[in-house]
Formats: sequence, C-alpha cells, structure tokens
Amino acid sequence: MTTTILGRAGQGKNGLGNRQQLQQLLAFAGLVVIFVFFSVASPYFLDWANVKGILLATAVTGIMALGATLVIATGGIDLSVGTGMTLCSVMTGVFLANLGLPLVVGVLGGLAIGALIGLLNGLNVAYLRLPPFIATLAMMMVAQGLSLVISGTKPIYFSDVAGFGQLAGGELVPGLPNAVLIFFVAAVLAGVTLSKTLTGRYALSIGSNEEATAISGVDVRRWKVVIYVVAGLFTGLAGVVMASRLNSAQPGLGLGYELEAIAAVVIGGTSLRGGKATILGTVIGALIMATLTNGLRIMSIPQEWQKVAVGIVIVLAVYADMLRRGKEA
Amino acid sequence: MNSSSTTRRRLAALAASASVTALVLALGACASGGSGSGGGAPGTGDKPYVALVSKGFQHQFWQAVKQGADDAAAELDVEVTFEGPETETEVEKQLTMLQTALDKSPDAIGYAALDSEASIPMMTDAVSRGIPVIAFDSGVDSDAPVTTVSTDNLAASAEAAKHMAELVGSGKIAIVGHDQTSQTGQQRVEGFTQYIEENAPDIEIVDTQYAAGDQLKSADAAKAIMQAHPDLKGIYGTNEGSAIGVVKAVQESGRSGELTVIGFDSGTAQTDAIRDGLMAGAITQDPIKMGYETVKAAVAAINGEEVEPVIDSGFYWYDETNIDDPEIAAVLYE
Repeated sequence: MTTTILGRAGQGKNGLGNRQQLQQLLAFAGLVVIFVFFSVASPYFLDWANVKGILLATAVTGIMALGATLVIATGGIDLSVGTGMTLCSVMTGVFLANLGLPLVVGVLGGLAIGALIGLLNGLNVAYLRLPPFIATLAMMMVAQGLSLVISGTKPIYFSDVAGFGQLAGGELVPGLPNAVLIFFVAAVLAGVTLSKTLTGRYALSIGSNEEATAISGVDVRRWKVVIYVVAGLFTGLAGVVMASRLNSAQPGLGLGYELEAIAAVVIGGTSLRGGKATILGTVIGALIMATLTNGLRIMSIPQEWQKVAVGIVIVLAVYADMLRRGKEA
Repeated sequence: MNSSSTTRRRLAALAASASVTALVLALGACASGGSGSGGGAPGTGDKPYVALVSKGFQHQFWQAVKQGADDAAAELDVEVTFEGPETETEVEKQLTMLQTALDKSPDAIGYAALDSEASIPMMTDAVSRGIPVIAFDSGVDSDAPVTTVSTDNLAASAEAAKHMAELVGSGKIAIVGHDQTSQTGQQRVEGFTQYIEENAPDIEIVDTQYAAGDQLKSADAAKAIMQAHPDLKGIYGTNEGSAIGVVKAVQESGRSGELTVIGFDSGTAQTDAIRDGLMAGAITQDPIKMGYETVKAAVAAINGEEVEPVIDSGFYWYDETNIDDPEIAAVLYE
C-alpha cells in the first residue's frame, strides 16, 4: 500500500514514471546489497535490535530529508534544515520546559516554528528572488545563532515535561520505537503531498520548467512559498523528534545534518536540478546511509573510512542516474 | 502580474525579512547585555586589558571557563573579553579572532589553541610586541606562552581507567571518543588505554570509535559496538556528548545496569545519569579554576612577576557517593 502511493511520486510528468521506478529499484537493490553484505560479513549485523538501531538512526535525518525532497523537486535547495531543526527543538524546549505549556501546544509550537522558517525561506526565494542556496544559507546561520541566543547556549532539558520522552521513545507498535513510526507516517504524508496534491505537482512542474509553469497560469511565487512552508513543517517535526529522543534540546547540534539529508535525497534518485523527485527513494537513501554507517561501525571500521564510503556511494548513485539519463536523452 | 504588484510583494517580503533581522538584533542585544564582561571599549580604560580567545563559547565548559575568568577579572580589577568560534573545528576562524585580539593591543592575551602549530607566527608576533601570552586548556608548540593552564588529560583519563578497571574487573570494554585530531581528544583515549594495558591485563579494549561528541551519533556508535560485542562490560565516553550518547545507547538497548558506563566532563544530563545509576561516574575538569588561573597568570605576567611554566587546573572523579560534596558540586556545571 505504502509502496503504491509512494512509488508513483512524480508520475505526473509524461513518461517519467518508468525511469523513476527504475531509479527507486536501483536504490532499493543497493540497499539490499549493502544489507546482505554486512549480514554475511558480521554475525551481529542481522538482528532485530540492530535493525531497530538502524531505523532509529535514520529517523531524524530521514524526516528532514523528506522536506528537503520537496524543495529540491523545485530545483531549489534547503541548507537551513539542520540548524532549523535545532531552533525548532530549542523553541519546543522554551514552550514546554520554560513556559510550561501543555504538551500538544508545545509540539505544535515546535512545528509552527519550522513552518515560520520555511515561510521566510519561501518569501526570500520567491519574492526577493534570492537564490535558494543563499537564502537558506542565511537562514542556516540565523537559526544557529538564534538557537544559541534563546537557549543561553545551555541545553534545555525536558525532564519535568511528563510524556515528552515517550513521544519518540515510546512504542505505540510494540517493538518499534515511535520515532521510527513517526518517520514512516511522515514519509507517507510526504509521498501523498508530492504525488497527489497541487503542492507536489507544482513543485515538480516548477523544477522542470519554471517559465512554462508560470505561463500556464500558476502563481509560481505563491506556490514556492507554500512548498518551503511544507518543507519547514518537516524540519519542525525532525526538531521535535530529536528533542524527544535526547529528552533535551541541544543548541550546539545540527550543523552538518543538512548535508546528510541532502545526501539521502540524492542517493534516492531525486535530481538536484529539480523536476524529478521520489519520496520512497529518499527513504531508501536515508536507510542506505544509516545502514552503511552502522555496518562499518559493527565491523570496527574507523569513522574517517565511514565518511569515505558514504561519499563513494553518493558518487555512484548520481553517476548511475546520469548514465541512464544520457541513454534516454 | 503587473510590475507595481511585484514591487509591492517584494516590499512586503523585504519588510518581513527586516522585522526578523530586527528581532535577531534585539535578542542579541539582550544576550550580550546580560553577560558580565566586555562592557565598555576594551583597551581604552585605565584597567589592564586581557583578551581571551577560547576554543568555543556554546559549550557549558567554555561558559564555566568564562565565569572563572570574569571572577578573576572582578577580583583583580582588570578588563577581560572572551570569545571563540562556534565549533571546535574552525581553526581559521579562531586565528582571525586571535589576530583581531592582537590588533587591539591588549596588555596580555589568553589563548586556547584549536591547532597547536598554526598560531606560532602570531604567538611570536605577540612576544615581539611585548604582549605576554597565557595558553589555556591546551598548549602551543612554541616558547611564546609564559605558562599553560590546563587539565592533565593523560592523568585524568588514567583516573577514569582506574575506576573502570575496579568496577569491571575483567572482560571486554570499549571507548567512544569525541575527537581524534586534537591533542586533548587524543590524550583522553591515550591515558585511558595506557592505564588499562599496564595495570589491568584481564581487561581488553575491543574497539575505539569517534563520533564528534554528537549525542545522537555517539549513541549510534555505542549501539553498534554493543551489537558487535554482546559480552561487552563497559564503555568510556571521552566528553559530555559522547558520554550522554553512550548512556542513551545502553538505555535504548534495554541493557541499563548490565554495562559500566564512565564519562568525562559534566552537565545536567550526565549528573542525572549518575544519580539515576545509569552511569557509574565521570571525571570532571575544573573549568572555573582554569579561567580564573588564566587571568591571574596574565595579571602576574603584566606586572612582571614570575609565573610557573605549567599550571594544572586539576580534575576530580565523581560518582553518586560524592556528587553532592561541596568541593565537587562547585566544579560541576549544568
């Protein structure tokens, strides 16, 4: 069910369906190869506790990557997801721990901050016509600075906020941490947004040809703002899940996460040039990164080599995509 | 879309951006207004001026160093400024800060080098201009500093190993490190490993992984190590973020109480973990004393007094038995 909904992302564009599915298939095959390799290489890899660990390690960057996919679909980029997530977690801390607001209000507040970050990104990109790279780079710095200022550079702890830790750490489905469940639900929502709503269709349309989209009567600027706001909501969700998992808002953390999110999107087969995006691919991309890191760690391969490996996978994924594009062109 | 409405929209967006900028500036002003030092134009008053360039400012550790420096500044009646880059990897940014500090012609300079060699030319420049340099937290590969105020990380991590050995007795243990490129990060692993090798033949360190002190990544790393070594008996985390990550991993794996977790540094999450029995204990440095001694040594150097070449700012082992002792409580930061 999930596969059918997500698998059709981006099919609105004529003839792209098959290619997209092929790319997803390739990414999925890559994930399976990595999985089988580590299962053979280490007797400790294939174990539910470990798979659960991989899923948990995927959750936060995965949720960020979902939002990033929508922005990248337009041919844009969002560098503010990492520190934006931090700001959302800090503000959730302010709402819940400092102001003592009810749990639901605090969580919605955290999401709203994400939406606000997205709104400003969208306004700067669509109406001030700043290049997305610059607009979101600026937001990345603003969000990092504000997180440090608002928190007074100290972590904010949720120890006295009843139930907050359960949000990500509890198990609504026995055996599966809520953080993973939230990631899956968010992925379905993102998939539906991309393939079934105007937001998603216009995102892909803007990404493939902005001028043509505008000429056909779409208010491109307004929809860009909407797309960045939706992406911001995912940033907010990532912030809330992160804070809940750590039971604290860490103002110094988050920088660099945006690159991991973008890497997941790219490995999944979404084109940085826009017009072509797949949520299922992004989910697989995020899983590939986490599985690779986890497997190499289990085999005691040092961190520096883990980075080399992830880098090589990114090159392979994008090169494979380009080869196919070349053939079809 | 006509052009006047385009202009209107751009203006609206500009107004939105401007209002956010104003908010940022206002918040920034509040924050800097609240901090103790840095008031007035540095270097222009009658008081001696000491410029401190640290490795960072957002970590609680550096805030505590700043507090110690401010305490000494108030007591000795000097002017102190304190700054540092956002992350402890921004060597170049720190060098720019050091250059700017030197350009203000301070009476003395305190410097916690992110890279112990990169700053040598500037250190030499400071000396030739008669500005005494006090190294703090970590040393500089140069004769320039009149003294180095720091924690003996080798001795401190050996102390952590001693407690690990006592608590575990025998079997497999592992290390989650925070930084393999800085001297401090290396010594925290080296001191620990050396002690175990020399004094605990029944204990084997099966793995050492680095996760940049990021809680989430340290947790993931610790979980992978535990997965690869099901009979693991203990893990040592070399700084606050690493230690918290290890605790998180043990908790999430449902193995609380089965593994001996030993940490380094302080912070609420770590002290809570010790109180809750999730962590056996940790080593804390004395950042307040470090800041205090740095400024004190700077003032002595300005006055032409003799200063010891190395000033040990000390460390303590703390666990649930002594965490509330006044001597320990004073050096634990939240």
